[in-house]
Amino acid sequence: MDNTQLAVKAREIRKSIIRMLTRAGSGHTGGSLGMADVFTTLFFDTINMDSGDVTAKDRFIFSNGHICPVWYATLAEKGWIKKEELMTLRQLGSRLQGHPSRHDFPFAEISAGSLGQGFLAAVGLALAMKRDKSPYKVYASLGDGELDEGSIWEAAMAAGKYQLGNLIAFVDVNRQQQAGTTDQLMPLEPLAGKWAAFNWHVIEADGHDFSDIKKAFREAKQQKKPSVVLFKTHMGKGVPDWEDKYAWHGVSPTEQQAEYALKALEAPR
Amino acid sequence: MNLADKIFENPDRQATREGLGNAMLKLGQSNPKVWVVSAGLADSTRADKFAEKYPDRFVEVGIAEQNMIGMAAGAALGGKIPIATSFAVFLPGRCYDHIRQSIAYSNLNVKLVSTHAGITVGADGATHQMLEDVSMMRVLPNMRVVVPCDALEAEKAVLAAVEGQGPYYVRTGREKVPVLTTAESPFEIGKAELFREGKDVTIIANGIMVFEALKAARELEKQGIDAEVINCHTVKPLDEKAIVASVKKTGAVVTAEEHQKAGGLGAAVAELLSEKLPTPQIRVGVDDTFGESGPAPALMEKYGLTSKEIVKSVREVIKKK
Repeated sequence: MDNTQLAVKAREIRKSIIRMLTRAGSGHTGGSLGMADVFTTLFFDTINMDSGDVTAKDRFIFSNGHICPVWYATLAEKGWIKKEELMTLRQLGSRLQGHPSRHDFPFAEISAGSLGQGFLAAVGLALAMKRDKSPYKVYASLGDGELDEGSIWEAAMAAGKYQLGNLIAFVDVNRQQQAGTTDQLMPLEPLAGKWAAFNWHVIEADGHDFSDIKKAFREAKQQKKPSVVLFKTHMGKGVPDWEDKYAWHGVSPTEQQAEYALKALEAPR
Repeated sequence: MNLADKIFENPDRQATREGLGNAMLKLGQSNPKVWVVSAGLADSTRADKFAEKYPDRFVEVGIAEQNMIGMAAGAALGGKIPIATSFAVFLPGRCYDHIRQSIAYSNLNVKLVSTHAGITVGADGATHQMLEDVSMMRVLPNMRVVVPCDALEAEKAVLAAVEGQGPYYVRTGREKVPVLTTAESPFEIGKAELFREGKDVTIIANGIMVFEALKAARELEKQGIDAEVINCHTVKPLDEKAIVASVKKTGAVVTAEEHQKAGGLGAAVAELLSEKLPTPQIRVGVDDTFGESGPAPALMEKYGLTSKEIVKSVREVIKKK
């Protein structure tokens, strides 16, 4: 899909994120907006997946499940779920739980909310697929704050050991987390060096530049080693007043804020 | 009744972990979907022989129990039936949250089998004597919990867990204990086995305490008390029907387990009876304390995990009838 079309999709996805989170009255706005361009590119351009059976070809595993609004909105934009369903987010009886639930939602391979877990499953799945000689890939979504979890590095070590060239992890490097910046809470640098030291192929890309995102995934697909794409992003991207503010990690917009955000997203740039 | 001959005279002695080792080798041959995931203890858990024979279905994660659970979950997503193995202090001890979210809530087809459970791990001391695992696993929705009484039953339990769909926790130990059952003894997860019929009291035990319960029943017989002994290997789902039926007949209960009194088999039985058939009960188990280094028999003595303790508890509980 060309970049102009992707930009249109990404804008619609951001609008959906604003609307569904405003309706829900709680949830993770900043990270969801920040990853909209990457999720748009992954699901409209990169991943080889059909709605009928998401386990048949390439696989998608969430590790930073709290930004699931961007994924739900992307699936709705794909037409895999109805847009009206987005408005049930976090409500009693909804398939769209506050954090993705395998039990409730068939598109969720594994439940993900507690950090430092989904990625481990992605490594196990990639090993199973490699041993089965599957031609398909495993894509795993991680957050940078999540990299504080020691379990991530246990699994990173194992992926290096088993040479999982079919595994593509991507990290939302927005440098913000719930209670502050990553630099304040637990500095991650040298982040690329850390992954390289664990025997991964490391790619750094601009998470808001569609050409760069496509190129990063293309490069990742060609590796014999596991690949990680470190996407530089801005939390809250698309709504100028919210960008790079960790206060937007775990709160939803008020009606008034939503109105402002939707207007900002419509503004020509 | 389903028991081997001469268990009191000269029983064959084997650790229940050997049952895990045998089951893994059988499954290696019979079911190509079965994987074994190990966290640096393959020799102790008896996974080493599986690793040698089936290297392409063996995963060694190193000393990283969280990743053992996560990779096992992922292997299950890839259509495999992973058996994750480690010492009970680490599995489930080290990785509760991973088991909760990635295995139980996700309801994945992963089998968790611990070894070195309980106080009889002995000289290694309290850090390695897991006495809380049954409680931790029992409260998780979707999880089944099995505590086999001997090596043969442990083998059957692992085979049955693999046959079943979804998450299971099977608990085994390191100490050599009498083999009470035979290859022909019936075994079904969720179905308690009657090992001795009696009318005065019901002794409900699992794991290595089943042998102690049988010894206690023999002693009680000499004292004129006719005890029923139930091997309640499955703590969840609990065989409510069998327990209620027996207790209705006897009117008194003693439970016995190599585990904390809080949250284990005794607690499960108490929860059941308090709602369905309130009955005097005494729980034999470790009483809210950690263990210490020492030989297994001495530890069992010191921490009240003996036939003697069961006899004492039976005499006490029947007074409350």
